[in-house]
Amino acid sequence: MIEVISAARCVECNQCVAVCPTNVFDRVEGGIPMIARQKDCQTCFMCELYCPVDALYVAPDSEGVAGVTEAELERSGLIGGYREKVGWGKGRQPVASHEYMIKLAARAGF
Amino acid sequence: MSNTVRQGSVHLSADVLVLGGGPAGTWAALTAAAKGVRVILADKGYCGSSGATAPSGTGVWYVQPDERLREEAKASRYQMGGQLAEHRWMNRVLERTYANMNRLGVSGYPFPLDEYGNQYRRSLQGPEYMKLMRKLVKKAGVKILDHSPALELLADEHGVAGASGVRVQGGETWSVLAGAVVIATGGCAFLSRALGCNVLTGDGYLLAAEAGASLSGMEFSNAYAICPTFSSITKTAYYSYASFYYEDGSVVEGAGSKRGRSVIARNLQAGRQVFAKLDQAPEDIRPLLRVGQTNFFLPFDRRGIDPFTEAFPVTLRLEGTVRGTGGIRITDEQCGTGVPGLYAAGDAATRELICGGFTGGGSHNAAWAMSSGSFAGEGAAAYAAALGSRAAQRTPSGLSTSPLAEGEVSRGAAVAAAEFTAAVQAEVKPYDINLFRTGEKLTSSLSRLDGLWKEQRGREITRTPEGVKAREAQAMTATARWMYNSALARTETRGMHKREDYKETDNGQHHRLITGGLDEVWTGREEVAKESVLL
Repeated sequence: MIEVISAARCVECNQCVAVCPTNVFDRVEGGIPMIARQKDCQTCFMCELYCPVDALYVAPDSEGVAGVTEAELERSGLIGGYREKVGWGKGRQPVASHEYMIKLAARAGF
Repeated sequence: MSNTVRQGSVHLSADVLVLGGGPAGTWAALTAAAKGVRVILADKGYCGSSGATAPSGTGVWYVQPDERLREEAKASRYQMGGQLAEHRWMNRVLERTYANMNRLGVSGYPFPLDEYGNQYRRSLQGPEYMKLMRKLVKKAGVKILDHSPALELLADEHGVAGASGVRVQGGETWSVLAGAVVIATGGCAFLSRALGCNVLTGDGYLLAAEAGASLSGMEFSNAYAICPTFSSITKTAYYSYASFYYEDGSVVEGAGSKRGRSVIARNLQAGRQVFAKLDQAPEDIRPLLRVGQTNFFLPFDRRGIDPFTEAFPVTLRLEGTVRGTGGIRITDEQCGTGVPGLYAAGDAATRELICGGFTGGGSHNAAWAMSSGSFAGEGAAAYAAALGSRAAQRTPSGLSTSPLAEGEVSRGAAVAAAEFTAAVQAEVKPYDINLFRTGEKLTSSLSRLDGLWKEQRGREITRTPEGVKAREAQAMTATARWMYNSALARTETRGMHKREDYKETDNGQHHRLITGGLDEVWTGREEVAKESVLL
């Protein structure tokens, strides 16, 4: 589930509010968005992907809250990792165009 | 398009209204707009991130127009599907999928290039695909209403004429008067938290049934995906590289990602945790797997587990009709539903026409979504255009079974919806009811589900975000009843439908099962088009 919005990183663009399919976030006047309906989070990671500044962290457990903190994430370097792998963001190549897609299909059939 | 906002409500009109903004809905919107009609697309979440496709990577049934290749493609899953697919529909979908994928290639989708510099168009990455679809839909002049679930269809004596709902982020109600409506709201996974599936609660089935449409193949609704217990990533295909173990490290005999899934289910049902390890994946393929499904590895990386060398606990998460093949019955080549002005596409529509009673990986599903979406969009546009100026004079009314009311949500409404949802989940999630089916258990479950329907059907529902959840609970209850009535009527094992009390396939039941009705659920038979036996 979504667990962290980093106040240090967030630029208040409210992209996460817009793109969350299950409407988990609320816009806050003059502040960063808030996680208003955490139990509605379906752990699809789309908010992380659309966040332009890697301010969000979705913990993989879709049933319960892990209680991850921003400080832990800064230490582990896990925040922003998904967007990097998908190849979204300035100067990155989308993973969709990766040559391994062809190799995988040839080897595995999917 | 008129646009008036007053008293917290938005009233719009269009020629075609598309409900749902996943692959089927966006293709429907695109193809309708290309016919020169005015199109509005309303998504329950956000068109671009919503639904099962957006967070996933998927293969696509993209086959060169070569007779031998296409015959092989059609034959590949025909037997597994219980011989219920139709030759003519498979041909149409192969042809349209080929054209649509080529169109994506020239519209900016970043397909990888092969050694000759040609685009390799056999798979799609969901985030990239759906971001592009949103862009193309907007460019085509379609108005998108995000976070705008429909609560009911509108109709008059001539047929369906729009829909109304609520905008969950502002709280306003919305209504769209339209010449034709395409339902592309996805299947039903019963809020099981399968990847991207929690917006897929069978809403479109309920809307269609309230308008008098029927459903088909609802017995093919018991797809379960292998998934780590601590994760939402339901990508069963990768488990073809897995071995399965008990906690003590001994092998679970017969367990596997394909036919061995029931062995996993029986263990889990008996309270024995099953663990998986992708130790069958050769070294050289591991980096390829990491690229093919980037988010498959996300939960492992975040928990510090190497899934190739370390065992992790798995569960089976219900994917219902999202990966199952049942859905709204299609009655013509434009994906009409038999109700004037109402069309269905994607997982909301039955996929039996190309898959029969079984779907393996995503490739057929992706092909069906983009093809049926295109057929429905074109059909709806032609229907709306033929109505001409008469359409503007219609004064349709709402079709919801439960009375929909304006105003404040009552305290306790959210709790009640959550309770109904949990009660339905208790009927559809258990493997011993839904996966290993028997007449006795289905009958007993149906008596409880019928009771749940009766409790809900007369309750007033407000046009609020809480009301949306109440309608979802109703839709899931209705879906479960169509599923189990169909499952009860099919006294054999065919495709993914498995009866413990009828383990063999019965040649006398080589037909589709259709179902419908709200207070009284009925089932009936429909013949499979004869030419399919030529395969």
